[in-house]
Amino acid sequence: MTDITADPGSAPLGPAAGGAVAVAAPTQRVAPALWRLLLRRPTFLVGAAILLFWVVCAIFGHSFAPFNPLAQQLLSSNAAPGGSHWFGTDPLGRDVLSRVIVGARDILVITPLATVLGTILGTALGLAMGYFGGLLDLVVGRIVEAVLALPAVIIAFLFIVALGPSTTTLIIVVGFIFTPLIARTVRAAVLTERHLDYLSAARLLGEKPARVMFAEILPNVLPAILVEFTVRLGYAVFAVATLSFLGFGVAPPTPDWGADIAADYPGLLAGYWWQTLFPALAIASLVTAVNLITDSIEQVLNA
Amino acid sequence: MATFLLRRLGLMILTLWIVSLIVFFAGQILPGDPGRAILGPFAAKSSVDALDTQLGVNRPLLTRYLSWIGGVFHGDFGTSYTYRAAVEPFVRAALINSVKLALLAFVIVVPLGIIGGVIAALYAGRAVDRIISVTGLSLATVPEFVSGIVLIVIFGVELKVLPVTAAAGAGAGDLSQFRHLILPAIPLVFVLFGYIARMARAGTIEALNSDYARTAILKGLPRATVIRRHILRNSLLPTITVIATQTGYLIGGLVVVETLFNYQGIGNLIFKAAQAKDFAMLEAGVLVIGVVYVLATLAADLLLIALNPRLRIGASHD
Repeated sequence: MTDITADPGSAPLGPAAGGAVAVAAPTQRVAPALWRLLLRRPTFLVGAAILLFWVVCAIFGHSFAPFNPLAQQLLSSNAAPGGSHWFGTDPLGRDVLSRVIVGARDILVITPLATVLGTILGTALGLAMGYFGGLLDLVVGRIVEAVLALPAVIIAFLFIVALGPSTTTLIIVVGFIFTPLIARTVRAAVLTERHLDYLSAARLLGEKPARVMFAEILPNVLPAILVEFTVRLGYAVFAVATLSFLGFGVAPPTPDWGADIAADYPGLLAGYWWQTLFPALAIASLVTAVNLITDSIEQVLNA
Repeated sequence: MATFLLRRLGLMILTLWIVSLIVFFAGQILPGDPGRAILGPFAAKSSVDALDTQLGVNRPLLTRYLSWIGGVFHGDFGTSYTYRAAVEPFVRAALINSVKLALLAFVIVVPLGIIGGVIAALYAGRAVDRIISVTGLSLATVPEFVSGIVLIVIFGVELKVLPVTAAAGAGAGDLSQFRHLILPAIPLVFVLFGYIARMARAGTIEALNSDYARTAILKGLPRATVIRRHILRNSLLPTITVIATQTGYLIGGLVVVETLFNYQGIGNLIFKAAQAKDFAMLEAGVLVIGVVYVLATLAADLLLIALNPRLRIGASHD
C-alpha cells in the first residue's frame, strides 16, 4: 500500500465523496482551500489511502487476485495461512485473500449509491421542511421520530423480507432509511439560515421558493450536507455489512465480506480463524477509513 | 409542568402510531400476497388461497389494520405461522433474555463512556482527546459481528477463558449465565461507547467554558473539586438523553450479537421470523422494539426533569 501513499498530492477521495466536494466549487470557492487543508491532515491521507486501496480492489480485484475467488480446491480446504495461500483457504478450498479482494465490490457499490440516494432525497426534504415549516415540517418530523424509534438494521430487513433481497432493494431500502435522518440535519442547517438578510433579499426580489431553496440556501448548507454524507457513509457500510452477514445481501457464491463471515464463522470453533478474521478486518478497515475522512472533514470545516 | 408532560405523552402516542403504520405497511402490504410469499412460487394456487383466507389477508386494509392493532391492545399479537401458536409468549420470553444482555452492556458502557468523554474534554484538542474520539467513532461503526468475531477468536478460541455461546446450559447458575453473557455484551459496549463518550465530552466542554466553572476556579477551589462538584453534575445531563436514545440501536445490535452467539433474545426472534417469513412474529417483535425505545426516551425525559431544576421551571413555561 506504500505505492498509494507515495504521492498524496494526487490521491483522490472515493468517487462519491469527491463528487460532493466538487459540487461546492462553482458556488462557494471553498473547495480548493478545503482540499489544501485536508491534504495537510495525516488522518485524512491515511483514510483516503485505505479507501482508495479498496476502491482499486473493487474495480480491478479480479485481475490481480492471486486465485479465482470462486475456484474450489477441495483437497486443500481449510488450509492455514502460508505457502501460496497467504490468508489460507475456506471450507471449499477457495483462496481467502482472493475472496477478500474481490469481495470489496458489492459493499463499495451499494454503500455510496445508497448514501447518495438518501442524501439527495433527504436534502430535498430537509430544505422543504426548513423553508416552508408548518404542517409539512410537523408531519415529516413525526415520521423521522418514528423511524428513529426502530433500529436501522431492523427496518431494513423488515422491508427487505417484504420486497425480496437484491442489490437494488438493498440500495433503495438503506437510502430510504437514511432519508429522514439526513432531512433532519439539513432542516436544522436551513433553520439557522432562514432569517439571514440574503434570503429576505431574494424573497423581496420575487424569487420562487424552489429557486430560493436550491440556488440560495443549498450552497450555504452544503458543508453540513457534506459532513452528514460522510457520517452516513460510515453507517451505510455498517448497515450493509450487517445485512449481508444476516443473509440479506448478495447471493453466494459471489464473494462478499459479510456473507463470507456468516458462512464460515462456525469454523471458528474448530480453530479456522483466518476464514472470518480477514473479511472482518477488511470491514473494520473500510469503516475506519471512512471515519478518518469524516473526522478530517469535520475538523477542517469547523476550524 | 403538567401540560409539558401531556404534550410529551401525546407525541409519544403519535410516534407509536406511526411506528405501527410502518410495521403494518412493511409486514402486510408490501409482501403483496403473504400466502404466496410464505409458501413459495411453486405452491398450488388453492393452498395459497386457503392460507390467505386463514391469515385473513383478503379483508379490506382498514379492517385488517384495526383488527391487528386492536389485538395488540389486548396483548394478542397474532398467530405465528411457524409455530402455529400465539406469538405473545415467544416475544415475552425473548424480550426478558434480551433485557438481561442489554442491561449488562449498559452497566459496563455507561461509566466507561462517561469517564472516556470527560477525560477527552479535559484534554480537548490534544492527542488523548483525538485518540478517544476517533477510537470511539470507529468502534461505533464497526459492525457488532466484526468485533464479536475478533473477540471470539481472542478470548474463546486462543485464550479459552470465556464461553463463546451466550446461553448457559439448562439449570446453570446465575454466575455461569453471567459469564456466558460477557463476550456477547462487549460488541454492544463498543458500539455505544463512542456515542456516550461524545456526548459526555461535549457536555463537559460546555460546562468547562461556563461562568460558574470560571468562578469556581477563580475562587481557588482545587481542580478536582471543580470537576467533581461543578462540571460533572452539569455535563452529564445531556448524556442521559443519549443513553436512552441508544436503546433502539442497542436492540438493533442485539439481532447480530444474538445470532452470532446463538442467544434466544428478541433480535434472534426477529431474525428467525424474517428468515421464515413469519410476518406475525416479525411485526410483533419490531413493534415491541419501537415501544421499548419510546418508553426509554420518555423515562430519560422524566429523569432529566427530575435532575435539572431549570428544566422544571422552563417546562412550565412551555
